[in-house]
Amino acid sequence: MNRRAHGLSWRAVRVWQRNLDVWKRGWKINFLPPLLEPIFTILAFGAGLGAMIGSVTYRGQDYGYVQFIIPAIISISMMYSSFFETSYASFVRMYYQKTFDAMMTTPLSAYDVIAGELLWGATKPVFYTSILLCVVSVMDLFVGGPPFLHYPDSLLLLPFCVVPGIAVACTGMVCTALVPHIEDFNIPFFLFVTPMFLFSGTFFPLDQLPDWVGIVAQAFPLTHTVRIARAATLGRLEAGLFLSLLFLAVWTLVFGWLALRLMRRRLLGTNLPG
Amino acid sequence: MRDVNAPVVRARNLTKRYGPFLAVDHIDFDIRPGECFGLLGPNGAGKSTTIKMLHCFFPPSEGELSLFGLPAETHAREIKARMGVCGQEPSLDPDLSVLQNLVVFARYFNNTGREARRRAEQLLAFISLSHKKNAPIVSLSGGMKRRLQIARALLSDPQLVILDEPTTGLDPQSRHQVWDRISHLKMEGKTILLTTHYMDEAETLCDRLLIMDHGKILEEGTPPELIARHVGGWVIEIVHPTLEVRAWLSERGLAFEETSARAVLHPPDAEALFHALRQRFPGCSCSLRRATLEDVFLKLTGRELRE
Repeated sequence: MNRRAHGLSWRAVRVWQRNLDVWKRGWKINFLPPLLEPIFTILAFGAGLGAMIGSVTYRGQDYGYVQFIIPAIISISMMYSSFFETSYASFVRMYYQKTFDAMMTTPLSAYDVIAGELLWGATKPVFYTSILLCVVSVMDLFVGGPPFLHYPDSLLLLPFCVVPGIAVACTGMVCTALVPHIEDFNIPFFLFVTPMFLFSGTFFPLDQLPDWVGIVAQAFPLTHTVRIARAATLGRLEAGLFLSLLFLAVWTLVFGWLALRLMRRRLLGTNLPG
Repeated sequence: MRDVNAPVVRARNLTKRYGPFLAVDHIDFDIRPGECFGLLGPNGAGKSTTIKMLHCFFPPSEGELSLFGLPAETHAREIKARMGVCGQEPSLDPDLSVLQNLVVFARYFNNTGREARRRAEQLLAFISLSHKKNAPIVSLSGGMKRRLQIARALLSDPQLVILDEPTTGLDPQSRHQVWDRISHLKMEGKTILLTTHYMDEAETLCDRLLIMDHGKILEEGTPPELIARHVGGWVIEIVHPTLEVRAWLSERGLAFEETSARAVLHPPDAEALFHALRQRFPGCSCSLRRATLEDVFLKLTGRELRE
């Protein structure tokens, strides 16, 4: 394969721009889910469940339950927004709308198209995280007690969210390259997204469970995302978090490479020589 | 200096394999600048695969392919920047308005800002869709969508326009409007590659044709040349020929294509034969008409269904 003719180029940005244009067209509706969903979750888990639980011990210190789960809720919305984008949404563009086929008749290569989609998948968490930071900061104004968001550390979540964003976007794109039908996304959701949602130290500390669960959970990108997000919102950033960042980077390299290879194969049809 | 008459497309030994299946089987052809070149063939003949190689969607399995004098394998981006493709399948962006479809697509060619918008508005006028520029794609009729997709293929002011079945499924009014726009492009001197299943369309629009089947080229030439070469000027059609009629034709050594309902003949002296036939069998329902490209096509590719 000739790299200059068929490889990856800056033109991927044009695909990202197309998705941004579409998002802007429906922004009034598009910003409702990131606004409302976490409010519902915080209300249900925080006010409802939190009242029964009281406090949680995290790294040797006690925190209110709402304080404990807010970084998890932000991390989950990072994961969902990027996974949804490169799974269902990319699949619809590829399979039903033939958007990628049309793009590939222009100077864009298959890799440009895929990379543009991945970039967009990594951008979605930026919207979600910004809105969530605003919502929770407003809550902080009205609810007494220790703050939900420790500033300025919490602001780190904004640049940080693209890291799990791209890692999960690549994972979603690998699924898009492999699933025969759109209904089949149930499988990665059931085997990957849902277990992560529950067992990544999101709603309870991992040491509550048998040791082996905690070990398995280290293989989830969400575990590492929550670890970093929680350290930021509670104002307890430390050098050891670098390992979690490294995990997400390695995950992105592996799944990014797979996403490009497998998706290109799917877009061009199988039995591709060379 | 480059030769202005150098072919826009040059294919030699062009081959595409899907596993053991040969979709395109060592074909040679040139498309010359400024001509409207028709690629005809029944379903599965290899037309779409050929077209996909031309717009650098995938590389040939074997053979040489160059466009605008550039080898396809190494210069895909430059080549694609100089051509416009209107694919067979609808691929307009339903998430964007009519005008946005063009402006966003222009960006893929690196045309941005005011210039891209000006070009988009100009093309909307060209396809008589200016009044719909803010409409969503779902609100357009089939003909409008097809025109918009053709306009989208013209955004980069391409030298080569590939139109893959541009009128399939359109009503006669829309079909004629599309023909009119294609004629206009020909007048502007664009090189056009057209595929179609409508032989009248090919006969009207194409300067030169290539008929393919089973991945191979069966014939090449201008529409009148092909008609003259394969079916002559006239055709006799006999509806429900009786055994006597068949025997009579066979006695004269006349070959005919036969379906369950009719026999079709392309005899050299059609008029005389037609009158002799009418005289001998007054009750026979037969007609004499001018030969068309469709007669050539069916004679070369047979009458069996391709499914």
